[in-house]
Order: sequence, then C-alpha cells, then structure tokens
Amino acid sequence: MSVRLEASSLSVGYGERLVVDTLDLSVLGGTVTAVIGPNGCGKSTLLKALGRLLPARSGAVLLDGKQIERMATRDVARVLGMLPQAPSAPEGLTVADLVARGRHPHQSWYRQWSSEDAAAVDAALEMTGISDLAERTVDELSGGQRQRAWISMALAQGTDLLLLDEPTTYLDLAHQIDVLDLVQELHAVMGRTIVMVLHDLNLAARYADVIVAMRDGRIVAQGTPAEVLTESMLLDVFGLDARVVEDPVAGTPLVVPVGSRHRLP
Amino acid sequence: MGRKRWFGLLFLLIALVAVCLASIAIGSKEIPLSGVWHGLFTPTGAEDDVVIRELRIPRTLIGIAVGIALGVGGALMQGHTRNPLADPGILGVTHGAALAVVLSIFLLGVDSLVGYIWFAFAGAMIASIVVFLLGSAGRGGPSPVTLALAGAAVSALMHGLVSAIVLLDQQSLDAFRFWQVGAIAGRDMSVLTQVLPFLVVGLVIAAFNAPGLNALSLGEDVAKSLGVRVGMTRSLGVFAITLLVGGAVAACGPIGFIGLVVPHVARAFTGPDYRWLLPFSALVGAILLLLADIVGRVVARPSEVEVGVMLALLGAPFFIYLVRRKKLVKI
Repeated sequence: MSVRLEASSLSVGYGERLVVDTLDLSVLGGTVTAVIGPNGCGKSTLLKALGRLLPARSGAVLLDGKQIERMATRDVARVLGMLPQAPSAPEGLTVADLVARGRHPHQSWYRQWSSEDAAAVDAALEMTGISDLAERTVDELSGGQRQRAWISMALAQGTDLLLLDEPTTYLDLAHQIDVLDLVQELHAVMGRTIVMVLHDLNLAARYADVIVAMRDGRIVAQGTPAEVLTESMLLDVFGLDARVVEDPVAGTPLVVPVGSRHRLP
Repeated sequence: MGRKRWFGLLFLLIALVAVCLASIAIGSKEIPLSGVWHGLFTPTGAEDDVVIRELRIPRTLIGIAVGIALGVGGALMQGHTRNPLADPGILGVTHGAALAVVLSIFLLGVDSLVGYIWFAFAGAMIASIVVFLLGSAGRGGPSPVTLALAGAAVSALMHGLVSAIVLLDQQSLDAFRFWQVGAIAGRDMSVLTQVLPFLVVGLVIAAFNAPGLNALSLGEDVAKSLGVRVGMTRSLGVFAITLLVGGAVAACGPIGFIGLVVPHVARAFTGPDYRWLLPFSALVGAILLLLADIVGRVVARPSEVEVGVMLALLGAPFFIYLVRRKKLVKI
C-alpha cells in the first residue's frame, strides 16, 4: 500500500490562532481512516486542509507525492473528493441534478454532458440505492436519503480518495449505520481510500481501519482501533472516565462512559 | 423538468414577440393597426410612420436590451450572494451612476440624457470596483456577506453625496430628477448603440459563469472540492453584473425591481440550474420591462408614467408577497 495523502509539518490557522499545529499524517491507499477528538481539536480543519479548502500556514499537504497547493484545482478534483459537514442544496434541485453536479471537474464549458457523465451519475445513484429518488427534489428527502444523495454526488465525481466531514451528523442511529455501511462498501467493493471525521467513537472503531486521535491541533495517538481506543487515551484526550469492553457484534473496542453519577461496581 | 423547460422557452418566446408588437402598436398617440402595418413595412414619412420608426421601435429595442441586462444581472447577483432578496443594485452600481450624473450636471453643466451616458457608466464602474476591493480586502477574499456590506456602505455614502449636491443646487436637482426616474422613453438609437457592446460582453461572461455558479450554489466548500476557482468565478460574475447593470443604468437611469423579481419568475420555469436560469431571466426581463412600459403608456393618457415608476408600483406588491411567503426560496 502506498501513501496517497500526506500532511507534512502542516500548520493551519484562522487569524492569529493555529488550529492544526505542525502535524504529520500519512494516509495509505485503500484504507478507511477515522479522525476523532473533542470539539475544537482541529479535526474538521485538518480535513479541510487535506482537501485544499484551507491553505497551509506552513508545511504542506501532498497528494500522491505532489504539493496539493501547486496542482490545478481541477486536476485535484478528479482524484480527491470532499463532502463538508451538513451541506445545503438550493431549493428545487432534483437528486439527479445534484449528483450530476459532481461531474463538474470532468466537464468543460463547451462539453457540458457526455455519455460518460450519464453513466457515472447512474452508477452513483445505484450504488447509494437512491435511483428511484432521482427525480425528487433534495429538500423533500429525509435526512438519511439526503445524505445518500450528497454521497452520490461525491461518488459521481469519480475520485478514489474521499474526505467526509461527519457524514452522520443529524442522523438517527439506524441511518448512521446505514451511511457508514455504505462507506464501508465503497471501501470494500470499489477500493476507495476514505478519511472521515466521526464523533461516535464506537462507530469509528467499527468502521475504520485506522483511528487518528487529535487534541489541541496535534495527533496524540494513531493506529488500529484496538491500539488507540484505550481507557488511558480516553482520559487523556477527552478527559473522559470510561471503560473499554469488547463490542459483542464486531469484536472491536466499545467505549462505555462512566459519568459522575455512577459508581463502578 | 426537461419538457417543462422547452415548453416554457416556447411560451416566453411567443410572449416576447407579442409584447414587442404591442409595444410598437400601443402608445399615448393612438395609431390604428393598419397604420402600424404601414409604418413597419411601407413607411412614407407620414406622422404616424415617424412615431413608429423614430420613437416606438427604438424604445422597444432599448426596453428589450435593458430588460435582458437587468434580468440576467439580477439572476447573477442572487446566485453569487445566495440571497433571494438581492438586487443587482447591491454592488453600488446604481448609486455610483447617480453620483457621477449629479457631478456631471453640477460641475460640467451636462444637461442631456445622452450626455449622461458615459458619466453614469463610469460612475457605475468605479463604484463597483471600490465595492469589490473593499469586499475582497479581508481574509478569504470576496464573500457574499462582505460584498453586500461593502456595497451597502458605499451606496449609503454616495447617496449622501448626491443628496448634499441636489440640496445645495436647485439646477442640479431639476436636471437630476429627470434622470433619476428610470425610463426607456425619450432615448434614441444612439443610446442603445453606445451601451450595446458592454451588454454583449456582459452576457458572454455571464454565460461562461453559469457552470461555476451551479457549483457555487452548493456552497463554497463543495464548489472548491469540485475544482471551481471560487475567487475567479466570483470576480467574473461581479464584472458581468457591473457591465450589464452599469450599461442599463447608463442607458435608462435606475430601474428597480426587475433585477429582483425576474429571477424568481424565471426560476419557476427552470428550477435552480443557471445554464437555464440565465437565458430565461433574459427573456422574462425583456417581457416584464416592456409590459410595464406599455401599461405606463395607457394608464394616464394622454400623458405617460415612466417605466421606473410603473415597476415600483407593480413590483412592490410582488416583493411583499415574496417576503411574506412562509419559506423563502433557498438558493
């Protein structure tokens, strides 16, 4: 497995404040990486910088070994897709039109639509199981369907690297599982490399090959779920007293918070 | 959606032709249809022929051009600001033109509608550039919010200056009043030929802007991920708006509401795809402007009500309806 996406001594900030602080990270091809950490630790900022949505203050992001900021943004868009947190579509936009907009980096002004575009859109709708919703407008979909539509758009873009910022936000548990199953399928069936920010540690443990734990703009632990999700890490990174047991379904670590009102037996 | 759009296109084209014919046939001077036919195809220089060829046809052509410019300008403006209540005047174009016209009257004694054109256009350009530079100055370049804020601030300043000058100088006020009421009447073809190149360039840039605008309507982050150069797309959009609206203001003075209302009407036919929305806005803009102008010619016969006033009267209720709708269109 080769390194597809790399942060090298990367610092990113807003104004005076550094949100990501001289951070190094390597994402291997064909893996699912979950970035976890407390609110404000810089995980979304890191993802945006990896997707060249935010400029590096110092250091660099390397895409297949090349500095991403020096590449033409359209060339990047053919390799790397990114879905921000809770995106919003204009009213009246149909699912098919939304997904079709994912083809933007493959189109030019004089060649707006090709059979290749149509095939990519159909395949993306098929993959996310929303072909029958194609003519509905995005605003009339349920939260779970809407998220599938957006993921479809990112799929139609046809990139083998995909960055997802909290793809399960605002979804109930059943739909969270639904979306993450889909992510895993993309990984398993199509071999896509995925980096996602997740809030739920147990879901991160179940769906990711690699977990990256962040605090104060730095990586404090990374490795397999079993290596990273330990009681001492939870106390250290989240300030959370918790027990870690084995997930009875998947065998991955399962975090059980203690909380202040309970006493341990 | 596809079929609805083509039917809509056909409907609007027929409506435009009908409105054009009405605009040539109807006026404060009553000319029978046979006279209209005569004036159009076998003119002999009779009085009615002159009215049709020298007044009504230029007026209609200017109405079409300005309606197209303001309709497309409005759609671009709402798209770039993602604000359904944005008017193309937000960039300070209108007030910039007004200030330049007042200054040309006050300092240079210019006193004809044709004489104002270049001052108005230059004023529109300068105001828009100042707004764009101010709105781009902060971190992250031009954003919808910083552009709107800069536009409001610059507009307020220029409006203050205009008020100060017309308060000081009665003569400026008298001349300025005529310009300030936007109208397509009383302009000859030279007005159109002078601004036409700018309108055409503005429309071409607008057409190139459409795919980027489609991506931008999904949010800046999504647009960037799709490989759109956001700063470049916004700059081109603002440039197109300036050419279109600046050209329209220079030709006819400030005409409000068209830029605000037209995109909403067009969106009902096309949905939110700018590759369709822009041409539809052009058609709807031309139709509505001519329609308002025709109504203005007949409501107060034998005198006329200027199209700027008519549009304010007709546009205001529509605007209130928009604001009072339970959910505003998200764009």
